[in-house]
Amino acid sequence: MKHELKLYCEKSQLAELRTFISKTLIPAKLNDISQNQLILAVEEVCANLIIHSHDCDPHSFLLLNVHLNADTIIFEITDSGKAFNLIEYKSPEVNSVMKERRKGGLGLLLVRKIMDKIEFETNHSINTCRLIKKLNSK
Amino acid sequence: MLTINKTGEEGYLIISLEGEVDASNSVELDEVIQEVINEDIKNILVNAHELQYISSAGLGVFMSYLEDFKEKNIQFIIYGLNEKVMNVFHILGLDQLMNIKDTREAAEKSLHEA
Repeated sequence: MKHELKLYCEKSQLAELRTFISKTLIPAKLNDISQNQLILAVEEVCANLIIHSHDCDPHSFLLLNVHLNADTIIFEITDSGKAFNLIEYKSPEVNSVMKERRKGGLGLLLVRKIMDKIEFETNHSINTCRLIKKLNSK
Repeated sequence: MLTINKTGEEGYLIISLEGEVDASNSVELDEVIQEVINEDIKNILVNAHELQYISSAGLGVFMSYLEDFKEKNIQFIIYGLNEKVMNVFHILGLDQLMNIKDTREAAEKSLHEA
């Protein structure tokens, strides 16, 4: 089954994103903790794109597609902004975030810890980020 | 949607969080913590019973003050986190870096022991 959300690049849209993912994940019958983790990971990637690739421009948008399969859940986020390759991005250590009194930097670390696989590709200025979660893993 | 309330108690202040903290409103949490630090309050409890969700934007606010709390000798204790929210702290190991208690009573006890 396929589910799609068009998400405009405003931070206020993040609540809508969470509602959409919660509804979409109902058939997967995940427990509360696992469901919250997936919502969080997708939100972190989207928030990152909205803020850093699209400068919170409400005219641009991201597309989120969710594929619920028998053994995996795949979240595919596409946009046409500045490519942000989160596979190449090096997350800071939690301790250095604390010592440097930084408020950012933890989001993609969460994504890496929650998801089983992250894929990124840019094709004709369309960027696709795929977050893959194996069911019954982690 | 996030609602933040401050309540003064004898010997400490409680910041109550209700709703969801994400990148759209984490600045509100930031402002309240900054305010409380500026007021030179040394004992701060965060009531998270009604906190339904937190993303890295909210976690980052807490993390960015941990050094200040140490330097200024501020006791900062979060209590009442639900299972889902606690799990997010746990994923990053923040439960090891911050003082987190189950209940207000346990948080108060921790203040007195400090």
